[in-house]
Formats: sequence, structure tokens, C-alpha cells
Amino acid sequence: MQTVSAVMAHVLGNIINLTGPGHYVNWGFIQLSVANLVVIGLMVVVFFAAILIPFKRPGGGDR
Amino acid sequence: MTAATDAATPRRRRSFKQDRDVEEWHGAYHPYDLIKEGIIAFVVVSLLVVGLAVIFSSPDDTPVTVKSWSTANPVDFATTAITELDGTSGTATYGPPYNSTTGASQSIGPISPESWFGVHHPIDTATDYVLAPLQTLPNTPEVQAAVSEYKSASPTQQAAWTKAYEDAVTKASFDNGKLTVPAGDYGPVATIIAGLTSMARSGALDGALLSTRQFYGADYTKPLLFLADGTYLADLGAAQHLSGDQWGMMNETGNYPGQAWLWLYTMWYQVPPFKTSANADFQVWGLMLVLTVLLALVPFIPGLRSIPRWTRIYRLIWRRHYKDLAAAAPGGTSP
Amino acid sequence: MTMDTETPVNAAAGLPEDAHQLTAKLRGAAIEALPPDKLMPDRQPAYVASWIYVFGILTISALAVVILTGLVLSIFGPDWWHLSTVGLFVNSLHLWSVEVFFFCMVIHLWGKFFMAAWRGRRRATWVTGLVTFVVSVAAAFTGYLSQQNFDSQWISTQAKDGINSIGAGAIFNVTNFGQMLMWHIVLLPIAVGILVGGHVLLVRLRGVVPPFAPPDRPTGGAAQPAPAVSEVQP
Repeated sequence: MQTVSAVMAHVLGNIINLTGPGHYVNWGFIQLSVANLVVIGLMVVVFFAAILIPFKRPGGGDR
Repeated sequence: MTAATDAATPRRRRSFKQDRDVEEWHGAYHPYDLIKEGIIAFVVVSLLVVGLAVIFSSPDDTPVTVKSWSTANPVDFATTAITELDGTSGTATYGPPYNSTTGASQSIGPISPESWFGVHHPIDTATDYVLAPLQTLPNTPEVQAAVSEYKSASPTQQAAWTKAYEDAVTKASFDNGKLTVPAGDYGPVATIIAGLTSMARSGALDGALLSTRQFYGADYTKPLLFLADGTYLADLGAAQHLSGDQWGMMNETGNYPGQAWLWLYTMWYQVPPFKTSANADFQVWGLMLVLTVLLALVPFIPGLRSIPRWTRIYRLIWRRHYKDLAAAAPGGTSP
Repeated sequence: MTMDTETPVNAAAGLPEDAHQLTAKLRGAAIEALPPDKLMPDRQPAYVASWIYVFGILTISALAVVILTGLVLSIFGPDWWHLSTVGLFVNSLHLWSVEVFFFCMVIHLWGKFFMAAWRGRRRATWVTGLVTFVVSVAAAFTGYLSQQNFDSQWISTQAKDGINSIGAGAIFNVTNFGQMLMWHIVLLPIAVGILVGGHVLLVRLRGVVPPFAPPDRPTGGAAQPAPAVSEVQP
């Protein structure tokens, strides 16, 4: 039982530890945590990717 | 069917505005399995979420207690406690909804909903944070005598004692489990604050602040506001870039992403005039209300609703459609 | 019996003599507004061909994960995830599904904005979507307040000033854990659920917004290719 919970703790625990001192960027009056910057940056990237990557139309041809 | 046609008929009489109206589609339809799309989307999102949870887990920083605060920084605790006793702390001077301090409410011109709604969660900081908790302590005749002496003294006398202590506590030190302030005429106040500091460090004050008229409790207003009056909690927050002037509302402890969607709300607090305004909260909330309503009403606002057409991003989204159109047009070439 | 032969019973239409019933009227109105093939269509207009169209259903999928993981957290109560490894993992699923939910919802919002998806009597769809976003922000916020950790302490003591400044603090006390938990797990999820349901029904009612007419034919007249007969939906 102890082994099981140890394994569970390992599998369900974090692989990349995000606790600990945070990282921040400063541009003039703008202060952002790197984590939020990554999320916002990914949103912009995914938005343009969604527009630009050709969509294979179900049942239709891809152009 | 009929509903659409009926409503569409009178619309014909209005002029056609491309940012408001459309010519409904009479072109081709293609097979599109919405349920299959939904199942795939759910599976993809579930896998993504499981992956993120396995890799990053989630933050759970231990809460601060009055015990941990007074243990880590007893002088800050004592400094805060005396402001609660003499009624100069942030909570004591807050005004509604906690107490009736006049002129403390935020306002824009004559508009001040904070004061209109009045006191709903009454907190008398001297009684609730200092005197009443001390009176629950057993076997402390010295402290009980000090509390009685303080309570029976005139307000002028109380103010003289607390003022003297408030000036002295900045030079206080904490050694060998005892709070020491330079000698002065504090009356019973030194005993009261030292007693409260010991009580806090024992953990008993945490319980006393939560005690309610009944057994169960779920309202943490009193202890949270007490914690927020000290500098200990504020310093912990600032160290994690959580303060209001650090865009803190969108941040999370550690390196986790936070409420990034609050970026605009938190941004206003960093710029004039809100940055230095005493009514910043009310002004920013008012501004955000106006902006949110504007965004919701974009379809109705000429000019704003034309932005999508001007940016021409739609040409990219529907590029295949426009290619088909060009090919079908007289003189068009097939792709 | 004779009646059955005289008036063939249509499950959707009901019997003529029952037509005065509120039930019959409501059903009739619902079916007329959203007949089954419109409610669950198997075809979409040819212009619906972009990855940007999947972000609505991705948002709903993330919401489903948020709700499912929230239900698991509800089974064991608010202390569980602080004490158990499995509980912490379910909390992680809940947190990350919220992040994915907002991520997809914002991209969906951007996409619909740049398509001016409110055109052609679709303004209510836009407004319900926007209101859903705002209510979701409140739902997430009360979740942060319900965590019972340093984060909750910090956020509640910071946020109280904004809420108090508009007078709402009198009723909506962010430092009252019990009240915030109730808003988070009962009132706001119900509101989000109703709004999302209404939003999706409006999308089905009005259909997916057609493209802008090309700049040389701005009135939209003759802006569409001749229908390929075999592919036109009746």
C-alpha cells in the first residue's frame, strides 16, 4: 500500500516544479509573470495558427 | 422558417449595412459531423488537461495564520495590534461595509454606493481584535486587570496611553519570548499588547477571532482583515509579485499562470490618474463596466462594428470561399 | 380509434383538439424555431472551413472537464485536495481545465469578433457570449477564493476593496469563505450553464454567420457561388 501511494505521488505529483521564486518581465510600466506571458503569447500564436493552417473540410477537399 | 422570413421582410426596407446585415447563404453545404467534432474536442482537451496536471500539478501555498505571523514577526504584529486598539488601522478606518468611519468611502462626485449600502459586516477593531479575545484567556489575572483598567478609563486617557505606545512600539524588540518596548507611560496598554502577542503566538487568537455565536463558522472576514492590516502579509504578497501595483491581480504564486484574463482590469491601476487616486477602485470598476458594456454592444455601435471589416482578417479566415467566388465570377479563373 | 384514422397522429404536431394546450403551443413553437435537422444539422455551409471554428466546441469541452473535476472535488469536500495526493491531482485537473477554458474562449471571442459574427440578427449570440465570459470570470474568481490557501487569503483581502467600492461588498463578502464556495459551486456554475446553453441554441437558431460580401459587391447581392444542387440543404 505504501509503495502504491509512493508511486501515485510520483505519477500525480509535478514533473516540472513551478513553485518557488517566480520570474517576471518588465517593459516600462508593464510587469508580467513569465507564466502569464507564455499563456498570452500562446493564445496569439494559436489564434493565427487556427486562421492560417489549412482546414481539411470533412467530406470536402483541402485547399 | 416562417419566423425568419417574417422578420426578414420588414428588414428589407432598411438599407443594407454590411457590418450589421447579411445576405443569408444559398450556396453549397458540406457534411459536418458536429457530434464527432465534439467527441474529438473533448478527448483532445481531456488529454491536454491531464498532461498539464501531471507535468505542472497546482500551487497550494500554506495560508498565513495569526500564529505564524506573530511568530515570524512579533513586532509587526504588536505594531498592528496597537492600531486596532486605538482605531487607526486600515480596518478601523475603512468605513462601510465594516464600520461607519465618515469620508472613508470611495466616490465619483456624489456617487458613492459604498456608503449608500452602509455597514453590513460590523467590526469594532478594539473589541473584536484585542479586548474580547483577551477576555477569553484563562488564568491571566494581570491581563484581565489591564483590560478592566483600560475599559474603565476615559477616552482621553485611553488615547494618551495608546498614542504613547504607538510611538514606542516602532522601537520594540522581541527577545526570549517577550515583547519589550522602551519604558513610558502606557498605563495598561503595554500589558494588553504583550498579552495579545503571547496569545497570538500560542495560536489561541486564531481560534478566538473565528468564534461565532454558534459552533460552526465559515466567515473569515475578521481574521483576514486583521492579517491584511499588518505588513507581514503585504510583504509576502509583494515578494510573489501579487500586489496591486505589480499587476498582481493576474498573477499566481510561484511560476504558475494566473488570471491572465484580468489584464485590462489590473492595467488601469498602473497608470495615471488611477495610480494615485484615492478612489481608484471605484473609478476602475466604473471604467471596466463601461468598457464591458461597450464590448457587449459592439454589434450595435457604428464604427466599432466595422473594425472587423477594416482589419481584413476575415479574408484569411474565409480565403477558400473568396477563391471559390473569384473562380465562379464571370471572367474568373478556376483555381 | 376512428380519430386516429381521420387525423394521422404526428408526434411533433399532436392532435388538433389539443392545440390550445400550453404544452402543445410551447412544443410547436420550439419545433418551429428549431426543427431537429436545424438543432442537430449534419451539414454546414461551405464557408465553414477553418480551424477557428473549433474553438467554440473546445471551450465547451474544457467547461465539461471543469465541471466533471469540480464534481469530483465536491464529493470529497474542500479539505480533501490539501491532504491527499489524488485530491491534489484532481485540483490540478480543475485548475488546468480552467486555464484551457479561458484560453479557448478568448480565441473563440477573437475569431467571432474578426468575423463580425453578430451580423444578420446574430447580435444576441454575441451578447450572450460576452456575458458568459464575464460570468465565467466571476466563477473563476470565486474558485480562487475557495482554495483555502495563501492565494485565497491574498486575493480576498485585495479584491474586497474593488467589490466594496461599488457597494456590492455589503451583499457579496469575498472574505466569507462559505459564501464564496456556494457562489463558486452552485450559483455561478448554474449561470454559466444556462448562458452557454442559450448561446449554443442561438447559434443553432441563426446558423453560422456567412462571410462578408467581396468589396466590389458590398450589398451582398449575387455574392455567392451558384449552388451546387446536390449539396444544397433543403
